[in-house]
Amino acid sequence: MGIHEAAVKRRRTGEFTAIAVFLAPALLVIGIFIIYPIIQSFITSGYEWNGYSSAKTFIGLDNWKKLLTDSTFWGAFRNNILVMVLSIVIQMPIGLALATFLNRAGKKANIAKVIWFIPMLMSSVAIGYLFRYALDPTTGFVTAISKAFGGGKVDLLGNPGTVLLTCIFIIAWQFTPFYMVYYMAGYGGISADIHEAAMIDGATEKDYFWNIALPLLKPSIKSAVVLSIVGSLKYFDLVYVMTDGGPSHASELMATYMYDTAFKSYQMGYASAIASGMFILISVIAIVTMKLLNRKED
Amino acid sequence: MTKTKKRFKPSSVITAILVAFWFVVCLIPFVFMIMCTLKNQKQLMKFGVFSLPKSFDLSNYVEVFTGNIWHYFLNSVIVMAVTLVILLLFSAFAAYPLSRWKFKLNKPIYALVVACMSVPIHVTLLPIFMMAVGTGLYDSIWALVGPYVAFNLPISVFILVTFMASIPKELEEAADIDGCGRYGRFWKIMLPLSKPGLSTLVIYDGVNIWNEFSFALTLTQTSANRTLPLAVNEFQGQYSMNIPMIMTVLFVSILPMIIVYIFTKDKLIEGMMAGAVKG
Repeated sequence: MGIHEAAVKRRRTGEFTAIAVFLAPALLVIGIFIIYPIIQSFITSGYEWNGYSSAKTFIGLDNWKKLLTDSTFWGAFRNNILVMVLSIVIQMPIGLALATFLNRAGKKANIAKVIWFIPMLMSSVAIGYLFRYALDPTTGFVTAISKAFGGGKVDLLGNPGTVLLTCIFIIAWQFTPFYMVYYMAGYGGISADIHEAAMIDGATEKDYFWNIALPLLKPSIKSAVVLSIVGSLKYFDLVYVMTDGGPSHASELMATYMYDTAFKSYQMGYASAIASGMFILISVIAIVTMKLLNRKED
Repeated sequence: MTKTKKRFKPSSVITAILVAFWFVVCLIPFVFMIMCTLKNQKQLMKFGVFSLPKSFDLSNYVEVFTGNIWHYFLNSVIVMAVTLVILLLFSAFAAYPLSRWKFKLNKPIYALVVACMSVPIHVTLLPIFMMAVGTGLYDSIWALVGPYVAFNLPISVFILVTFMASIPKELEEAADIDGCGRYGRFWKIMLPLSKPGLSTLVIYDGVNIWNEFSFALTLTQTSANRTLPLAVNEFQGQYSMNIPMIMTVLFVSILPMIIVYIFTKDKLIEGMMAGAVKG
């Protein structure tokens, strides 16, 4: 008995050590570069500080009070929400349609698979600059097309009324391929026999899509929606490069506002409050969405 | 959607239109970019974007390749390689117990790692910037490795856990009987069998790291220490309004990833399948 217990205990401690050894590196990295910085951001949000001087004044919740009434921040939040909603509305159906086409077309459509995915391989910066010049009112192609039809110069990025929508379309251009591949992967999980059986039973391709494939793709669609929501709310690179939130905050996002507050006006305390506020908003929206999506299943 | 059963298929017409439309949408910006690279600024201003270049003028490419783009390229390669090695090793380590062993903290730890996927990098940007300054790593490519590993870790662990869970338990049990310890089983059984999952991550994370912008912008300063996405930024300053030159830099910087994708596209999809279906 005693010997057996000791052996079990040794096995247990051995297992505990092994678990700790295997998990330690990942948890350490996450702790240092994700969790500690989040806590640090919340702490810094209580100070007024320019980032380099030693003058760091504790001001309590003043930054948070300012944040609650900061119309630029809430305007940026509204823009983020618009990006989120339109990204889902535009990217999900097109991504699904393209994936459906590629799935049915098979190997023949290999060129499409390459060309349609290219936007996803470009860095956001590259896309940002590409479109900045492509949409340039004098040399860009939109102006070129407009002139070909007898129109005048078109300045989509310089106009507060069109800038955000233009950004949203470019973001859709960039990310639709990602969801396309995501749904292709979803299709890959559906056995080919199911399609064959449906066809034998006299179903049309349309019946197959609406009544069989779509319900089976539901888990993929759900996680794609969550990914899209989180991605839209923390969006930064492309807008930063293309418009930097302008003109007059018309395309400002929470992340671009935070970056400019920190590294252009050197208000580190307030920038931390923006970042922390952003973190809270994204977490709440992500959790609520996941709860809603999972409840519908029952 | 109401189902109308006609012999004439409007759906195939719609499909054809959509397919053609998306080809145009994807290609126009690229055509614009490539056309620009073959012209000089004067030709672009005088004849417009879509006029065919008079001759195939490759001088923009010559200028880019003889310029200082190589050190950006080298920096990107080093950061990507170092990050990937650490990232894949740490992810595989973590995924092993999380996918195979029962212990009390398994679920909470896994949930924590997955939750990190939705953390916006901007909430960590300032503190990480401070840390980089504090440790003296600021303005060197090594400052990028830590954050890159951390922010690619959650999705990598997630995909690898799903992947490892599908490896038959019997293989491990056989090794256990043969006297392989817990660590031996990881190195000799799990790691080699996870190769398809790992190679997906090389592509998926590789593209992310290659294109990363926010940390690179914040944590490095001098051009000698910057990565390729920032080269565009700097050339932009150097050539101000020389659009053909900037387009050439853009095209050169995205070319490696396009080439990699052409050869590995099926792998990428295969690997996403592991994450997508159950996610």
